[in-house]
Amino acid sequence: MAPGTHSVASSSRHARRKLINYIFVGLTSIATLIALTALVMILWTLVAKGFGGINAGIFTQDQPGGGSNLGDGGLRNALIGSVIMCAIGMVIALVIGILSGTWLAEYGDGNKLASVVRFINDVLLSAPSILVGLFVYECLVSHVLGHFSAIAGAAALAFLATPIVTRTTEDILRLQPNQLREAGMALGAGRGLVIRAIIWKASRTGLVTGGLLGFARISGETAPLLFTALGNPFMSFSLSQPMASLPTTIFQFALSADDNWRRLAWVAALIIATFVLSANIIGRALAARGSSSK
Amino acid sequence: MKFEISQEEQPTVMVAPPVEQRVLDVRGLNFYYGKNQALQNVDLPVARHKITALIGPSGCGKSTLLRTLNRIYDLYPGQRAEGQIMFNGENVLNPRDPVDESAATSGRPRVGGDLSRLRARIGMVFQRPTPFPMSIYDNIAFGVRLQRSVSKAEMDEIVQRSLTRAALWDEAKDKLHQSGLGLSGGQQQRLCVARGIAVEPEILLLDEPASALDPLSTAKLETALVELKDSFTIVIVTHNLQQAARISDYTAFMLMGRLIEFRPSSEAFVKPETEAMRDYVTGRYG
Amino acid sequence: MDAVLPSPMPGAPRIDNPGGTSAMKGGDTVFHALCFSAAMVLMATLVGLIVALVIGGWPALSHFGFAFFTSSVWNPSGSPDNPEAYGAAGPIVGTLITAFIAMLLALPLAIGIAVFLVEFCPKRLSHWVGIAVELLAGIPSIVYGMWGLFVLAPWFAEHVQTPLMLNLDPDSFWGRVFTGVPNGANIFTASLILAIMVLPYIATVFRELLLSIPPYLREAAYGMGCTPFEVVRNIMLPYIRKSAVGAVMLGLGRALGETMAVTFIIGNSHAFPKSLFDSGSTIASTIANEFTEATGDLHISALIALGLVLFLITFVTLAAARLLLGTEKA
Repeated sequence: MAPGTHSVASSSRHARRKLINYIFVGLTSIATLIALTALVMILWTLVAKGFGGINAGIFTQDQPGGGSNLGDGGLRNALIGSVIMCAIGMVIALVIGILSGTWLAEYGDGNKLASVVRFINDVLLSAPSILVGLFVYECLVSHVLGHFSAIAGAAALAFLATPIVTRTTEDILRLQPNQLREAGMALGAGRGLVIRAIIWKASRTGLVTGGLLGFARISGETAPLLFTALGNPFMSFSLSQPMASLPTTIFQFALSADDNWRRLAWVAALIIATFVLSANIIGRALAARGSSSK
Repeated sequence: MKFEISQEEQPTVMVAPPVEQRVLDVRGLNFYYGKNQALQNVDLPVARHKITALIGPSGCGKSTLLRTLNRIYDLYPGQRAEGQIMFNGENVLNPRDPVDESAATSGRPRVGGDLSRLRARIGMVFQRPTPFPMSIYDNIAFGVRLQRSVSKAEMDEIVQRSLTRAALWDEAKDKLHQSGLGLSGGQQQRLCVARGIAVEPEILLLDEPASALDPLSTAKLETALVELKDSFTIVIVTHNLQQAARISDYTAFMLMGRLIEFRPSSEAFVKPETEAMRDYVTGRYG
Repeated sequence: MDAVLPSPMPGAPRIDNPGGTSAMKGGDTVFHALCFSAAMVLMATLVGLIVALVIGGWPALSHFGFAFFTSSVWNPSGSPDNPEAYGAAGPIVGTLITAFIAMLLALPLAIGIAVFLVEFCPKRLSHWVGIAVELLAGIPSIVYGMWGLFVLAPWFAEHVQTPLMLNLDPDSFWGRVFTGVPNGANIFTASLILAIMVLPYIATVFRELLLSIPPYLREAAYGMGCTPFEVVRNIMLPYIRKSAVGAVMLGLGRALGETMAVTFIIGNSHAFPKSLFDSGSTIASTIANEFTEATGDLHISALIALGLVLFLITFVTLAAARLLLGTEKA
């Protein structure tokens, strides 16, 4: 068989293969374009509907009553409530998450139990957040405390953030070279000391990034707060009382017919989205800088 | 027989095959990985139905040279070649043909399908065996089906012929429909050769095909290659001097991105002309 | 966002230092115990979650028995001639259908995006586009909900639903598939929102899977003279097939449990959905809508039982995803 005969004979086939390939390239580009369009449209909607509603009152006044002439009102109680509950939730999550992530990364190898814990953590990581709300309601709200409260909301957020911190911690610690551990132990330090004084320190950037991403994630969560912290139209600092938060306020306001409430809902959505997205971008930049400086 | 001297200070010792025997002719080839130049003004004549071996110490550019011949380097942005690689009267490096022009300027010609035609005519076998995750039969049929429609009977025949020519038929005929990944390393490599020749390319490029194989598998592969040169032109990169001496008709010795000697293998190993090649042949470079 | 990655396999064994000085070892034991108990808190959370859902949901489950899953009568306000009853078939089916349609829409898009980023997009641009796609995963679900309700639903009602309604014979097959109140709040738009939400998760995992394909395999395929399409279809996608199914299951798990966005747009009707454009409900949206309003013990118990069902469905999905992603870590 003479070489080259096929390539001459099959030039129409070649043209067809080329055409199919170009169509394929076109389709993948369109898919990407669709995703980007969705992102731009959502962000644009947020800015278009939320930006105009921002005024000084947003940060200095509490939420207004519906359909009344009580003035514009603001989101102060919701903002502060969100910050309080997210902060408490995050502190709890950081303590438990970093310790358990450390256990998985440093003590967990070749350990059946560690594989189970890792698996459970993965399940918790993707479990529907509304179930966490139900869980906390069953445990804290309905039995221990007897009513909705900020501390229950914070607990629900902590349950959501802990798996994230655990996972990030394990991933980050595993990036540290074994020589670092060996060097520490060669000085006579025990495992725990090496981990705390050397490994954690070397992983600082990564841990901060993980914390930031976890914080971003829970600050936008609505479902687990609905029946734990409930919401509160007034300013409250009491952890044992219901507390407002931005997401639950959005849920309440967005579905109402009151124009002023809807305006506030859009402003709140803009604030949350801006915060979450900037936290994501900052976290990403931190991670990139941390890895490039090595 | 004629001597050609390149423009560089260090002349290439070149005993090249006559022009009319050349199927592929590399002239003045420069190659860059980003800003690093990996090949400097390389000439390489490849004679039809001969085996040309590229030898030299690691990092000398022999694999790079091989990877320019079918433009597989195009998969990686930032790698580029300048010069001429004449193949059937066309410059392989020419951005107009066979490559898509817009793609070539962006440094990512993957979008264009035109290289596929070139690569079907210049096949390649890699250092690591690369069976596709499919059956032995389909590994071979895959490339053929890309090129043309083939009846079942004809495909059976092509599979059998390719495997036979790659000296794998006896070992594989009972498990044609099992995964190619189930073969041993040496068998996998011969499967890749069979896959490469099934589409009847004009040239077969082999990049250290035996480096991962045991001596017995290597011997089988070499036997197959020598038989194949009746139908195909073969260019092989190898770090194994004995292998080059055993199977090749021409040997190109490279050092630091330059071609130092190009001569018929029968002369090259017996009496190296340059000091560099003498040093290499006697084992002074690792 | 990193959270969607498959679990890291245990790497090189960590070293131990039995020879540490005894003074330092005392602290070590305490520290080790602390870390260990933190890990056990995680286990306790999952166990507690299951126990709480079972205990909370038991009254409703035992009261209605199997009818809880098959009946679609959801009537919290009991009256003598119309007794209080909870049948979850509507929300359960709504959950499965919306998640399924969402995956159907998201899967081809995710493959397209991943392939485009890995194979066709110039490298520098690919980095930024990849980040943009991942940002889609960072947008809180309640924002998706608002966007869906106030932007997507009206648009959909005007430009898709109304024309279809005017042009289709209501008694024909397609007429019945597409029938519904033309307000844009229905099963299909909910699926559409879900698709956008899970898209970045699946696309990101797909992209990493494609990047993990050994370069020699790609080279070999291109070396045969394949076009990029042929390389992707015949070599790359089959190579990542198993992990890709895991990624899809992961996305499915998210779609099944997604709450707020769906609550905004699905129309919240407990009846069994009769068409693609009918309003419906999912388990999560039902819980979100009714839990704080629920006063009767049986109502609360029924909602928690719904949560248990959701947990079981997502748990199976996620477990399958983890197994698929974990075993073939490309």
